[in-house]
Amino acid sequence: MTGLTTRELIIDIPGRPSGQPLNLCVEPGQVWGVLGPNGVGKTTLLHTLAGLRQARAGKVLLDEQPLTGMKRKQLARHLGLVFQDRQDGFPATVLETALIGRHPWMLPWQMESRADLELAEQALTALDVIHLRDRLVHTLSGGERQRVAIATLMTQAPGLWLLDEPTNHLDLHHQVATMGLLTGQAATGHAVFMCLHDLNLAARWCDHLLLLYPGGEACWGPAQNMLVPAALEQLYGQKLVTVEADGAPVFVPAR
Amino acid sequence: MPISSTLRPLIVLALISGVAMVVSVSIGSSAMELTQTLAVLAGGGTELQQTLILDLRLPRTLSAFATGGLLAVAGALMQVLLRNPLADPYVLGLSGGAAVGALLAMLAGVAGFVVSGSAFAGAMLATLLVFGLAHGMGSWTPSRLLLTGVVMASGWGALITLILAMTPASRLPGMLYWLMGDLSHAGTPGPALIILVLVCLLVFPLGRSLNVLARGPMQAAALGVSVRPLEWLIYLLASILTATAVTMAGSVGFVGLVVPHMLRLVLGNDQRLILPACALAGGGLLVLADALARVVIAPEQLPVGVITALVGVPTFLYLLYRSR
Repeated sequence: MTGLTTRELIIDIPGRPSGQPLNLCVEPGQVWGVLGPNGVGKTTLLHTLAGLRQARAGKVLLDEQPLTGMKRKQLARHLGLVFQDRQDGFPATVLETALIGRHPWMLPWQMESRADLELAEQALTALDVIHLRDRLVHTLSGGERQRVAIATLMTQAPGLWLLDEPTNHLDLHHQVATMGLLTGQAATGHAVFMCLHDLNLAARWCDHLLLLYPGGEACWGPAQNMLVPAALEQLYGQKLVTVEADGAPVFVPAR
Repeated sequence: MPISSTLRPLIVLALISGVAMVVSVSIGSSAMELTQTLAVLAGGGTELQQTLILDLRLPRTLSAFATGGLLAVAGALMQVLLRNPLADPYVLGLSGGAAVGALLAMLAGVAGFVVSGSAFAGAMLATLLVFGLAHGMGSWTPSRLLLTGVVMASGWGALITLILAMTPASRLPGMLYWLMGDLSHAGTPGPALIILVLVCLLVFPLGRSLNVLARGPMQAAALGVSVRPLEWLIYLLASILTATAVTMAGSVGFVGLVVPHMLRLVLGNDQRLILPACALAGGGLLVLADALARVVIAPEQLPVGVITALVGVPTFLYLLYRSR
């Protein structure tokens, strides 16, 4: 299965000093959460890890191979990304949208097979959008579209899942269901790496955390070591009240 | 999508285009019964009928088919490239560049091959300018490409007016017919048909990549598409298709815009289906438009571009009105 490492990686955010290089090691079975205030470079980091953006310095390695030397199609079999925003230039149905996840696995002249269709339907079922399969994506609600996007990644079936705020627009139940699905995927040997805004979802579901500070500093490690109230207060510039509920810490912003 | 549901609409469109062609070769200054036409096409009929159909009407009909198909496929490709349903060779000023090339050649007093070559050069120059300027310092953004194209198109329009103003009156009719799109000087349809078939064969395996590209370049890259080479390839193909069509028939507008639109409304947006369907439907449409152009004010002929514009303008406006 697929592991991702970064060596002295500095992401390229125009006009910002380089800050601290990242030496991450994301292994199969792990669920990583990236936390940090707006504009700190969470999305840029995800895009860099997916090979969609040049790093300012350092390397990203997928199973010890540098990303820069890999073909995009090969890369897309190992690594997939759910974007924060999506373009729907032309109308497409939910099923068609999920099926494009099969693209990296198919030869140019191949049509989608029954097996591809079944994978897409399983993914749509897992994300609870199978009843919308023939609806046009641009007519769906934000949360439903978010779930279709995650289902597309699931249909793509890479070893490494990168997700940019996967719980955006989701209602409470679907936030929990989605986080459950992601940790379930990790338990079957996938690696999950996602940006999150909800501290409590991260505290509840992630086993590793990366905190990105506005000045370019960063720290990372197992979640229980990172969930220090003082560090989190500094991260967001926001006073927090910590309580214990259901066996896990819950962070509530202080007034 | 199973292969059969891709083939069925294509077979229907091929049949419709076939009927359009038979109708087109049957009508004209001396009309012919359908049975007679079919007999001639099968190798029978009188010598006069043979000449009329095989030497005069059939090449023109095939030229119309090739032109329509080329323009429709070019339009469909550009719409995916720009992720904007309102892109087409005419709107982006490619036809304008070709027209300036052709008119300059006519103004210089040359004819035939040089006019065609000059039109081809003009179309390629216009494409280079639009895509080069829109690329600028950053990268292609669809809205910037479209805006550059529209502005370039009006620039070409001004040049065309300037050339027309400087031209002696005796040469004006030929120029005006060229500008409106005219198939009476189309020449042999062979090369254009070959290009059309080759491009359709080439883009079929690219179809799924184009489907992914329609979701935006970042998403496409994340799904394993090498976006930049693919964009350049589409752009190059669309330019060659347009230049070939414009060289053959002058600037015929709106086929590249209206045909892909109509087909998307009916068939969805799978490029593997839409692109060959565009070739067939665009061809069939222009064959019918040309047949109309020959009979509306017979024995005089209308430029075929008048017919496509008369159909295209209200369709374009309706689609704009309906779009969000």
